[in-house]
Amino acid sequence: MSLSAIFVQLLNGLASASSLFLVAAGLSLIFGVTRIVNFAHGSLYMLGVYTAYSLVKTFGGGILGFWGAVLAAGLIVGVFGALVERLLLRRLYRAPELLQLLATFALVLIIRDFALWAWGPEDLLGPRAPGLDGAVGIAGRRVPEYDLLLIALGPVVLGLLWLLLTRTRWGTLVRAATEDREMAGALGVNQSWLFTSVFALGAFLAGLGGAIQIPREPAVLTMDLSILADVFVVVVVGGMGSIPGAFLAAVIIGVLKAMCIGIGNVSAFGIDFSFSKLTLVVEFIVMAVVLVIRPWGLLGRSQGIPRGAASVEPPLHLPSPALLKGFAAALLALALLPLVSDRYTLVLLTDILVFALFAVSLHFIMGPAGMHSFGHAAYFGLGAYAAALLFKHALPMELALLLAPFAAGLGALAFGWFCVRLSGVYLAMLTLAFAQIAWSVVYQWDAFTGGSNGLVGVWPAQWLAGKTAFYYLALALCAGGILILWRILYSPFGYALRAGRDSPLRADAIGIDVRRQQWLGFALAGLFAGLAGAVYAFSKGSISPDSLSIPRSVDGLVMVLMGGIQTLTGAVAGAAVFTWLQDTISRQTEFWRALLGGIILFLVLVFPQGIAGFLRERWEARAGGSKG
Amino acid sequence: MKTRRAFLLGTVALAMTAVFSGPATAQNTIKIGELNSYKNFPAFLEPYKKGWELALEEINKAGGVLGKKVEVISRDDNGTPGDAVRVAEELLSRESVSFLMGTFASHVGLAVSDFAKQRKTLFIAAEPLTDQIVWNKGNHYTFRLRPSTYMQVAMLVPEAAKLNKKRWAIVYPNYEYGQSATAGFKKLLSAKQPGVEFIAEQAPALGKIEAGAVVQALIDAKPDAIFSSLFGGDLQKFVREGNQRGLFKDRPVFNLLAGEPEYLDPLKDETPAGWYVTGYPWEQINTPEHQKFLAAYRTKWNDYPRLGSVVGYATMMTAFEAIKKAGSTDTEKMIAAMKGLQMDSPLGKFSYRALDHQSTMGAYVGRLAQKDGKGMMVDWKYADGAGFLPSDAEVKALRPAE
Repeated sequence: MSLSAIFVQLLNGLASASSLFLVAAGLSLIFGVTRIVNFAHGSLYMLGVYTAYSLVKTFGGGILGFWGAVLAAGLIVGVFGALVERLLLRRLYRAPELLQLLATFALVLIIRDFALWAWGPEDLLGPRAPGLDGAVGIAGRRVPEYDLLLIALGPVVLGLLWLLLTRTRWGTLVRAATEDREMAGALGVNQSWLFTSVFALGAFLAGLGGAIQIPREPAVLTMDLSILADVFVVVVVGGMGSIPGAFLAAVIIGVLKAMCIGIGNVSAFGIDFSFSKLTLVVEFIVMAVVLVIRPWGLLGRSQGIPRGAASVEPPLHLPSPALLKGFAAALLALALLPLVSDRYTLVLLTDILVFALFAVSLHFIMGPAGMHSFGHAAYFGLGAYAAALLFKHALPMELALLLAPFAAGLGALAFGWFCVRLSGVYLAMLTLAFAQIAWSVVYQWDAFTGGSNGLVGVWPAQWLAGKTAFYYLALALCAGGILILWRILYSPFGYALRAGRDSPLRADAIGIDVRRQQWLGFALAGLFAGLAGAVYAFSKGSISPDSLSIPRSVDGLVMVLMGGIQTLTGAVAGAAVFTWLQDTISRQTEFWRALLGGIILFLVLVFPQGIAGFLRERWEARAGGSKG
Repeated sequence: MKTRRAFLLGTVALAMTAVFSGPATAQNTIKIGELNSYKNFPAFLEPYKKGWELALEEINKAGGVLGKKVEVISRDDNGTPGDAVRVAEELLSRESVSFLMGTFASHVGLAVSDFAKQRKTLFIAAEPLTDQIVWNKGNHYTFRLRPSTYMQVAMLVPEAAKLNKKRWAIVYPNYEYGQSATAGFKKLLSAKQPGVEFIAEQAPALGKIEAGAVVQALIDAKPDAIFSSLFGGDLQKFVREGNQRGLFKDRPVFNLLAGEPEYLDPLKDETPAGWYVTGYPWEQINTPEHQKFLAAYRTKWNDYPRLGSVVGYATMMTAFEAIKKAGSTDTEKMIAAMKGLQMDSPLGKFSYRALDHQSTMGAYVGRLAQKDGKGMMVDWKYADGAGFLPSDAEVKALRPAE
């Protein structure tokens, strides 16, 4: 690349960074004050793009019309955000951690179907910005005028936010709440109003970040999720809650991507390397590197442990004899089921068993070990691919199935070593980064993994080919895996894990190597997720990269949270309900995603402690009542 | 305890449902299972659904087939192979459909194709473009309707070779379709035009192109011509940036699929004039069979057809003709009937090759132009798919022995 080419690519990177920064700043503010991991932030961005498109058409394409539409779109999304906070999230602040995440996930589903219903399936390319529709010559190249405006806009918004946060009373309150929201509340700050206004501002920034993109980007229905991961990366790399950090991170990622594209293909030492293909995953590599070196992002600071946000998790009790009898009865029922059920019920139940083991393995690290993972699908996928590859390389199916989980366990051992050094959202995001890196390798390595098409012809051995036989295999492996994981939680190792979660300092003081326990816990969870993946591969006959993609990880989270993170059986209940719902609902209506989202919202509001948690509470209340 | 009991009850209930909701055995209908990623690719698949619904209505109005009405049970496969295989199983075992059709993305199509082989069921793949589905990973049970990536590339290559440009730059979405298109183009053009050079390659992630940087990198490479397989949102971003930065000035561009209404219509006044594309100029095709289809489609849906509509319509009609010719819905009889099956379609006659189960349906090859702020195809002609396939010997070498 010549110097002038580098300069122009730098401008391109900065132009892309601006919109990313706006959206990320909103997410960062919301997280800082409310601690909500807002999965719907990408959806707010998408609403901004669509709304601005419609408004520009209504207002006409003049300068006033265009900018009026952009601003109005931001405001509309801001008002929408305020409504979401007041009507929905407000009810969940005292619920177990991460439950708001489940609610915002439901919103993603609903908003996407709403956009399809309101704007139709076709892509909508907005007009160029009036007065800025040409290009100017810079370094012998033509750069769109609008890009120059965007480059200026980023720092301007950064400056305005800085003024707002440091020079106004409202900003002082926001900073106080970000530092220690309980203390701010104790000093008489009206939290209710503060939370709503912060959420509204965050949503406004997301909407505005979308609206300013219309001259550069068409409104398409998948843009919500495609920007979401990028925005999270920016926020985490910058440091959660740090606005300048978000700006810095957006610039780094924007410019790095532009440079990768500018460099293109390179040959060195006889090896061809495509930097252009690296754009698939470069932001996640950046995030992994930054988090390994700086555990709280570039400009972030160590977070105080939030006090009293949710009730302290009660310790796990040994299952009562009645409960054990219940387990035995359920297993017996599952074992007898093939006598009365049709073939498809077995297929669906096989899926449910696989996802139950996957969800339980995720719960194992999220619940008792206290390590939230946004990238658990990596180990599911590694297990699935290991099984498929071993099988394809002439190993018998049975052996492939048994060896595959160890590949996933090894992967978890490697990634986990880095992950357990972090905590909270940073840990979760590092798991996501590793999952995305693993995903991109699988996606790109055509010769070995089959690339984006994946591998087909991964069918079970002859004696397991029947659906009933395979169902029994899945039942034995998955139920067995679940029981082993549960049993481990009551072993000394399990107690040590929970001690490490509840009080790392005290656990350390009595001689528990907390980090080591967590590391082993992480690897174990990966091993069993890998077993689930291996069973899955043979039940489907094929495997493709989406088995270790973000949506699969999110499905796991949804199952655990739906069932109730504070109960052992919650993950199983969540997996069963979610899988069954998806299967049933998608047959009922064209807008099944919105319906699914609606049902999840309903469950979240009625059972904030999860399905299993709700049942347990009822049971305990009854038992307590009868005693009294 | 309560949880377990609830779970147990649920399981029993599930079992009961299964027992009592067994397939309603209707003697006077033929059931066909259809699955597609309706929620993942609505821009293409909503018109596709309208297409097969129109064909289904016509078939049943004319009395169905073999004296029975035809019923299509349609499912959303959620865009993943795992869900698609489960849905396919549900269609076969609970709905007792006679065979399967549909799918959009290549990886889903391949997974269902392999499932069909395992279950010994006929599968008519409607849309997946991957060459593998009929070649490297082809099987006895799978037939594919749409002209494949290879065929569409081959349709553009003669025009590209005519221009005799030496330095080419390539841009493609970074997944199997884009990779195959690129590999195919390089191979076919090099064969026709020895000495051609491919000087730059950009492979943005699907749906996430950084269009400004990509366009700039291509300009800096100073190519004589460009070959692209972008589509959808990526294509729109690429076109707008390219127009603003002057990438397309005095530089011929070849873009697969860009003439399809699904991808062309959103471009409106950005439509780059002169591009060589494959597509579907629905408003200009005056053959009687297309006029008939167009009128029927507009009457039923009050909308114009997209390419997806034609694919949906032709897939349904394929199913109909295959059953009619086989005289039964027996899998082996239908496969025998599908081999060499002659079809009439809105795009003209085509057939399913016995050799590799690929249809010879073609595509329209032409150039883009702008009229009244809208994109359209000009100087187009219909390229019959039969003329753009490799030799039989090559295909035989690719396809696994049965």
